[in-house]
Amino acid sequence: MRSAPVTAYDLKLALPLAGFFALFFVAPLLILILVSFYTDTSLTQFGLAQYARFLLDPFSLSVLVSTLWLGVKVTLLCLLLGFPLAWTFVRSPRLAQGVLMLIIVLPLLTSVVVRTFAWIVILGRQGIVNNLLLSLGLADTPLRLLYTDGGVVVALAQVQMPLMVLPLITALSRIDPNLRDASSALGAGAWRSFVKVILPLTLPGIMAGCLLTFAAAITAFITQSLVGGGQMLFMPMYLYQQSSTLSNWPFAAAISIIFLVAVLGAVTLFNLLGRLSRGYAQG
Amino acid sequence: MTESLTTQSLLLDRITHRYGSSLAVDDVTLDITGGELVALLGPSGCGKTTLLRIIAGFINQGEGSVIIGGKAIDHLPPHRRTIGIVFQNYALFPHMTVADNVAYGLAARGTDRATQSARVGEMLDLVKLSAMADRYPRQLSGGQQQRIALARALAVRPSILLLDEPFAALDKNLRLDMQIEIKRIQRMAGTTTIIVTHDQEEALSMADRVAVLSHGRLEQFAAATEVYDKPQSYFVNTFVGASNVLTGKLMDVNGMEGTVSLPGGGQWQGQLVGALNRGAMVRICIRPEHLAFSADADALPGKIEIGLPLGATIVHEVRLTGGASLKVAGPRAMGALALPPGSDIAVKPAISGAVRIYPEI
Ligand SMILES: Nc1ncnc2c1ncn2[C@@H]1O[C@H](COP(=O)(O)OP(=O)(O)OP(=O)(O)O)[C@@H](O)[C@H]1O
Ligand SMILES: [Mg+2]
Repeated sequence: MRSAPVTAYDLKLALPLAGFFALFFVAPLLILILVSFYTDTSLTQFGLAQYARFLLDPFSLSVLVSTLWLGVKVTLLCLLLGFPLAWTFVRSPRLAQGVLMLIIVLPLLTSVVVRTFAWIVILGRQGIVNNLLLSLGLADTPLRLLYTDGGVVVALAQVQMPLMVLPLITALSRIDPNLRDASSALGAGAWRSFVKVILPLTLPGIMAGCLLTFAAAITAFITQSLVGGGQMLFMPMYLYQQSSTLSNWPFAAAISIIFLVAVLGAVTLFNLLGRLSRGYAQG
Repeated sequence: MTESLTTQSLLLDRITHRYGSSLAVDDVTLDITGGELVALLGPSGCGKTTLLRIIAGFINQGEGSVIIGGKAIDHLPPHRRTIGIVFQNYALFPHMTVADNVAYGLAARGTDRATQSARVGEMLDLVKLSAMADRYPRQLSGGQQQRIALARALAVRPSILLLDEPFAALDKNLRLDMQIEIKRIQRMAGTTTIIVTHDQEEALSMADRVAVLSHGRLEQFAAATEVYDKPQSYFVNTFVGASNVLTGKLMDVNGMEGTVSLPGGGQWQGQLVGALNRGAMVRICIRPEHLAFSADADALPGKIEIGLPLGATIVHEVRLTGGASLKVAGPRAMGALALPPGSDIAVKPAISGAVRIYPEI
């Protein structure tokens, strides 16, 4: 009943926003779709040539797959590191929570470019990591960390970490602490309590965090390009090359649409999995 | 399966606990016989929940020892203690059905599925909620959730059952039903039970013995009737049941008896509680039903302020000539009316030994 007044607002009030969306989101998207159906760069002939070109080209497909795979790796790393962090945050005293929260959201308060350059400094041949390894005698020559897959994953994970940790914190702090106590009084050890009680009740937060991190990681043009360097090509850069450098607009448009569909597909699949586990979680 | 069908005694031996520097439990010793139902009674913040959490092992007490069936269990984590606990907010697992909630402790102990489901059925029968087995906690009423929490705690046959204000969220009728229910189940299972409450009627009606706590200290631990009839401290006397309080001066001491002179004139005899010397200023307590109107010389004169006929009893509010105000309660005869306000009367204790004398502050 409480939601009634919300929908009772005059729908006309939503018109400016609707207009904004129509003009700057729906219209460009339609144009994009339209452009992707031209077979030539001068936009004269309709056809499916651009889609065929992408889907039949092993190189293009490998870019798509490696981009999605990059998203998966970053998401998993964020989850792996983010969960303990969120857990620590929830169990900390108030004062420590303030400090932790500042550290957690700090990446959001600095520019992506700045953060990415910081990673270049850290991972470079003369970087902090290599200097440390050399001076500890753990390596004889500087390791190649920059322009590697691992480097990109780590840098992206750091950059996107808040997107994972914040939903996890929300989910974890909503759990009644008595549930853990009830579980242990009933004879469950720490691990069983975690798997049977805490984890299922945190699932909505895990889902939200994973979706946000995944979406952000696969589209992170700046970090992907700067830390990945020229050797690694991901969808955003591929798109950029085709449109800006080669001015092949129809192909770039087709890449966009395919990327969009692939991401939507991945998200839907993930949601489906989540729906199943949520069914297990809440009936 | 670890079953403890035999009833177990519980001894809290000189338990003290501090949160930081604030004392929550102060040197509490409780010796509870196997199968007994004990109520922990006390005002908010007196340390009741803290004591329960110490017994369950959720917090480690600073000093003292928890001993079950003669064995100290201080080193055991909660999941090794076989203690059932029902939380004030029930703490049912929201993502599990009623049946899964009740089976949780059995599964954690590695009981096989057939035994689990038999036991779950048995428990749900016990709390009369077999029809709800496949529901989720949010689909149950407060009273039903409470019964499921009880079934879940009892399913593993705990040696000790702890209930933290289990009826606080229930309305009066349901509360009475549940009190009777719990007492019945507790009798049948023979489980040593501690029930935390700040409702004194609940404590007096349900418990074999009542432990009264104040500021983390144990004020008295005795049978319900004894706590009411022979309170061992001023706090217990005023916290449990209604009491009139007067101040006076101790004129004479004779063993455990004392004579107190009251400010408005007159002297009353009473029981001394604690060591008191002649000439000390004292507080005396007497329950309204132990006072009566009297024409005797030692009765204190006063006027009726108001009279309330409450069905079976009549309560009169009396203003003494000395200034103090007293409540006098007595049975109401058929057709009897309250005395009109302003009537001149005099009151004195109707029963010897009903006046209790405590040190001033
Ligand atoms: N986690 C905690 N940290 C610090 N102080 C606490 C903590 N828990 C309880 N206390 C304090 O310890 C004292 C006893 O608390 P406790 O919860 O045991 O009281 P209680 O008798 O259960 O009260 P209530 O009837 O309100 O539930 C209170 O003064 C409370 O403020
Ligand atoms: Mg409490």
